[in-house]
Amino acid sequence: MTMGDLLVRGMVAGLIASVLAFGFASLIGEPPIEAAIALADTTTNPAHATDDSPVVTRVVQRTIGLATGIAMLGTAFGGFFAIAFAFIAGRVGAFSARATALGIALTAWGVIYLIPYLKYPPNPPAVGDAETIQYRTAMYLAMLAISVFAAVAALALGRHMTAQSGAWNASLVAGGLFLAVVTAGYLLLPVINEVPETFPASLLWSFRLASLGTQFVLWTAIGLVFGTLTERALHGSQQPSLTRAGAR
Amino acid sequence: MMQSVSVPIPQSAPIPAIPVREIVPWAVFGGVGVLVLLYFVGVEQGAASIFSNTLVHEFVHDARHLAGLPCH
Repeated sequence: MTMGDLLVRGMVAGLIASVLAFGFASLIGEPPIEAAIALADTTTNPAHATDDSPVVTRVVQRTIGLATGIAMLGTAFGGFFAIAFAFIAGRVGAFSARATALGIALTAWGVIYLIPYLKYPPNPPAVGDAETIQYRTAMYLAMLAISVFAAVAALALGRHMTAQSGAWNASLVAGGLFLAVVTAGYLLLPVINEVPETFPASLLWSFRLASLGTQFVLWTAIGLVFGTLTERALHGSQQPSLTRAGAR
Repeated sequence: MMQSVSVPIPQSAPIPAIPVREIVPWAVFGGVGVLVLLYFVGVEQGAASIFSNTLVHEFVHDARHLAGLPCH
C-alpha cells in the first residue's frame, strides 16, 4: 500500500462517514436549527430573518445543502486523517491498524473539534452579531491552532520520553502538557458571548448537543471505516506492507 | 449443538511505520486539498470572501453551523 492509497482510503472513509453524520444531523440537528430560525423571524433580530427571495431556500439548505457541506467536511477530515495515520501508525505504541485508526479518530475529534468547541461553543442561526463574524472566526481558528499545536507538542514530548521513562509516565507528562497549553489558551483568548438574554437555554443546549453528536458520528465512523479498510489490506494478506518493499 | 471449530484469530500485530519522506509529498498535496475544502464549508462568504454573493454560504449554511464554526 502506498501513501496515495492511504489518502484515497481516508477520503472514501470520510465520504462514507458523512452519510451517517448527515443522517444524524438531519434527525437531531435540523429541529433546533428550524426552531431558532422560526424564533428569529418573530423577533427583531435581523440575523436570518427570512426575506421575500432567499438565495437558497430552507428546503435546499436542510437537504442537499447540508448533505453537500457534510460530505465536503467528511472528505476533508478523511484526507487529513489519512495523513495523520501515516505519520502516527507504527510510531506511537504497538497497536493494530484498527486500534490506531480509532484512537487517531477520537483524538482528532477531541483536538480539532471539542477543544475549540468548549471555548467557543457553536450557536444556531439567530444568535450572533453579523458585524463580529471576522473577529469570532479569528478567535475560533486561534483556539483551534493552539489545540493542534498542543497536541503535536504533546505527541513529540511523549515519544521523546517513552524510551527513558516508559509509556505510562511519558503519556501522563504529554497529557499534562496538552492540558496546560490548552488551559493557557482558554485563559488568554477573550470570552465571547453574543447569545441574546431572551434566547431559550434549552434550544441552545439542543443545538450544541446536536453539533457535538454530528462531529462525533463523523469522526468515529471515519476511524472505524478506515480501520476496517486498512486492517484488511495490512494484516489480511501476510505482506510486510506499508513500506516500500511491501508496496504493490 | 456445540461445535468446536478452531479458527485462527487474526494477529493484531503492530504495523510498520511509513518512511517520512514517502509521506511528505502526499501530505502537502492532500493538505492543500483538505484546506480548500474546509475553507469553502467553513469560512467562505462569512469571515472572508472569494465570490461576492452569498450562495456558497447559504448552500452549506446548516453544515457550517453544525460543524461548530461561527457562521454569521
